[in-house]
Amino acid sequence: MTDTLLSYDDVLAQFDPALGLEVHVELNTATKMFCGCSTTFGADPNTQVCPTCLGLPGSLPVVNAKAVESAIRIGLALNCEIAEWCRFARKNYFYPDMPKNFQTSQYDEPIAFNGWMDVEVEGTTYRVGIERAHMEEDTGKSTHIGTTGRIHGADYSLVDYNRAGIPLIEIVTKPVLGTGAKAPEVARAYVGQLRALLLGLGVSDVRMEQGSLRCDVNLSLAPRGSGTLGIRTETKNVNSLRSVERATRYEMQRHAAILADGGKVLQETRHWHEDTGVTTSGREKSDAEDYRYFPEPDLVPMAPGREWVEQLRAELPEPPHERRARLQAEWGFSDLEMRDTVGAGALGLVEETIAAGTSPQTARKWWLGELARRANESETELADLGVTPGDVARVQALVDEGSLNDKLARQVFDGLLDGEGTPDEIVAARGLAIVSDEGALSAAVDHAIAANPEVADKIRDGKVAAAGALIGAVMKEMRGQADANRVRELVLERLT
Amino acid sequence: MPETPEHTITREEVAHLATLARIDLTDAELDHLAPQLSVILESIASIQGVAGDDVPPTSHALPLTNVYRDDVERPGLTAEEALSGAPEVEQQRFRVPRILGDEQ
Repeated sequence: MTDTLLSYDDVLAQFDPALGLEVHVELNTATKMFCGCSTTFGADPNTQVCPTCLGLPGSLPVVNAKAVESAIRIGLALNCEIAEWCRFARKNYFYPDMPKNFQTSQYDEPIAFNGWMDVEVEGTTYRVGIERAHMEEDTGKSTHIGTTGRIHGADYSLVDYNRAGIPLIEIVTKPVLGTGAKAPEVARAYVGQLRALLLGLGVSDVRMEQGSLRCDVNLSLAPRGSGTLGIRTETKNVNSLRSVERATRYEMQRHAAILADGGKVLQETRHWHEDTGVTTSGREKSDAEDYRYFPEPDLVPMAPGREWVEQLRAELPEPPHERRARLQAEWGFSDLEMRDTVGAGALGLVEETIAAGTSPQTARKWWLGELARRANESETELADLGVTPGDVARVQALVDEGSLNDKLARQVFDGLLDGEGTPDEIVAARGLAIVSDEGALSAAVDHAIAANPEVADKIRDGKVAAAGALIGAVMKEMRGQADANRVRELVLERLT
Repeated sequence: MPETPEHTITREEVAHLATLARIDLTDAELDHLAPQLSVILESIASIQGVAGDDVPPTSHALPLTNVYRDDVERPGLTAEEALSGAPEVEQQRFRVPRILGDEQ
């Protein structure tokens, strides 16, 4: 069952990738798309349901105005046209998580279409075309019971319909061409920047780990320079930014191995496995694609008034690229610093840290240095680390007032990552504050000089650079809890 | 009414649609239904034939648009009520038979 993969360099030498991304976003409306049931995450099973979202006979849907508004705002933020008139449609299929035996969706009349979003990767801007953004509803949640815990090999399944009917917006890109070696990074950056845009609009919680933002990656390869499109696969279940990048790269290498061997890629759905880093074939039924769409007779058409659309456009938040340019000017960041900040997903975090009183360069130093390193180690996003901009600002304030040095500050971050409380609580609980007791410091300096006579002689001979060794010895004796600058002063006072 | 083959539906198409809709039709029922459905399609084709370009296709009987409700929570069913019609219940969830067959 192991796929043959071609080396990434060989993929690029022979093929051009074409990407397509489908993102499903759960809106954060208070109620479902077509009924007044709550959408709160994590409730007891089947406690947020009614005859409409359970598909019981005689129930009728009514559209949630707020969901329409959110859909239009998303469309406008993605530079889409907003339909003057459009309808919902029934997508007919049988699956236990869909109690009506059809999903109420939109078919050939999406509410928003023909837009674009600029995606930046390592200083290059890629314009990703947006095919459409349409409204639909989420399905229920299945739990598969059996030895595998997965749908394959399950004995039976249990369904909770709390999620059934929550408003979804599906955002579909046009084929993204010309990304070459950067295809996996562009895919990741697109989803990451789309997530930031949706967060800025305030229309969704966009929490990938809770499934409020889900991504399918379409990929095909064509012979290099041919200008054609190859046969694509659609990889589902790609539910972290890192997985978007990995799954894209994996499918590129898998397709290339098949094509280089003279084979033909099977057009199919694939499933991404986060744990093993591979995709597997996932199509269940050959007739499942025949959805027999038709206009939803229980819902009248939508015709968003142009005045309303223009009002929503005028109220949109600042577009991301304008915001970046403004912040870069305000902060005095170089192009490289700004690019790294955006690339790390730290723009908002740095902005909030600065708003909490930290200087731009210091805010950048913490987020892109220490905290980025830790996010990388634990394979999480900076925003999900559990450290807030307020925490960073407070730690830096403690450094500025001389209570912490950078080394101790890093230990405070250890505590924050372990959920030990606020910075001040951690400083108190761990006893991290700098020792300002001059007597203890002086004693440590004297010990260090006595223990390192040859170093002390060098300094007496004018080699001040040698002081570092003594400062290190003092810091060690003080277990790091000393102000290194003050230690230097004390060392030099005694020896020069 | 004259035969207009492009608007008729074949026995095979009816059988396919029945499968998609999970309707178990016997051979006799297919023989009976396919011609009847063809008559309906032919009748619709006749109406389409007389509708001029000034008559747009319509999907709704009511001349209404933009019927919305406010995003305000309304009480629904309790879990007990919701599950009361379920053939099988486990862990406060609807228990359904195995979804996929053994082919994989």
